[in-house]
Amino acid sequence: MQMFHNSTSTVLIAVLKRDLVIGLRHRSELFNPLVFFFIVVTMFVLALGPYETTLRQVAPAVIWVAALLASTLSLDMMFHSDLDDGSLEQFLLSPHPLIIIVVAKILAHWLLTAAPLIVAALFLGLMVYLPQTAIMPLLLTLLLGTPVLSLVGAVLAALTVGLRGSGILLTLLILPLYIPVLIFSVATVDNAAKGLAITGELYFLGAILVLAATLAPLATTSSLRIRLG
Amino acid sequence: MEMRETEQQDRVLNSFSANALTCIRNDVVLFSGLGFRLDCGEVLQIQGPNGSGKTSLLRILCGLALPDDGAILWNEKNIHDHRQDYFKEMSYIGHVNGIKMELTALENLTIAGALAVTNQSISLPDILEKMGLAEHENTPARKLSSGQRRRLALARLLITDTRLWILDEPLTSLDDYGRQLMRDMITAHAAGNGITVLATHDPVDIQRHKITMINL
Repeated sequence: MQMFHNSTSTVLIAVLKRDLVIGLRHRSELFNPLVFFFIVVTMFVLALGPYETTLRQVAPAVIWVAALLASTLSLDMMFHSDLDDGSLEQFLLSPHPLIIIVVAKILAHWLLTAAPLIVAALFLGLMVYLPQTAIMPLLLTLLLGTPVLSLVGAVLAALTVGLRGSGILLTLLILPLYIPVLIFSVATVDNAAKGLAITGELYFLGAILVLAATLAPLATTSSLRIRLG
Repeated sequence: MEMRETEQQDRVLNSFSANALTCIRNDVVLFSGLGFRLDCGEVLQIQGPNGSGKTSLLRILCGLALPDDGAILWNEKNIHDHRQDYFKEMSYIGHVNGIKMELTALENLTIAGALAVTNQSISLPDILEKMGLAEHENTPARKLSSGQRRRLALARLLITDTRLWILDEPLTSLDDYGRQLMRDMITAHAAGNGITVLATHDPVDIQRHKITMINL
């Protein structure tokens, strides 16, 4: 009888594909954060009035704060349904390293939640009179910043999975951790709008991303073991 | 050829034992000093009233939870020191099925196969057919009945060639045909020198094989 041990990349792709298929079949969960993002930005525009100078000044902050809030909405679901239906137990009992599965899940979460948000942010940028010169920097900060949100979010989602009222607790715990990303991202877009150099801030964002990508999967793995053990 | 012989010899030597297990939940001692030893082809049935710690014991045995005291040995090695080796040889079907409602029966088996060390000589549609789910290959799990979902969960046992099965109430929701199928599967597993640990209230009528009982 021939036994076949799947390679690490096979497992990664299989779990990634699984989560993407589930996400795409759960349209509402996919669209709710996106709609929320649109509504929050629109509310600001309605509240501040259609004045180009005012909107231009607050545009980077509004877009980034709305993106942060929208991305926390979907965090709770990252491990919750897997815990409820017993899939998480099967992940933990797999002979493959748990960290591979965790990395695949974080990647799937980013693709499902952040990628649509990035596209939407470019349109919303135009709506709030963000200067042409700041659109590209906005895209760059979102590309560097949103993976950090999924990575750090995964650690806390794993730590709070299965707790009563974990949704609100998770939001309260996670938002302070997003502050460094918020500060450097908004500063980048602000500087770009004013025609100043942005490389320094982008390097900081890149460094935060590398740090999160290195440590967050390990921390998520340990958190899951603690929660289920 | 030589490798195959050593592999077979390894197989014959499988053993699963627990020494002086203690489990305390919410300041209540569920069990203490619990021990057993199972060799190839043996079946252990765990019985006890609701809340007596059957599921806790099974979760400890499969390595999901740590016992408050004692050790679990697979082939005389502590399972927590040799996790990967142990997980390659062990299948656990909990009281929740571990299947995704959004995915079809076949997709659920595919992901289970990707996570395990699979037995390549059997095709997934064949397994579904054996479990009586042939017509539901492309049906989302949410449209299956609870008995069919249980069968889908139990189908995971057939995609691998694990030597140790740990089953939590495997007969729940199953109809008479499903129950007989499960008994046949356990009999075949035991005949192939596999070890089974199961928690169930129903009698497990498996002839010609030694069944050890533990009452919690």
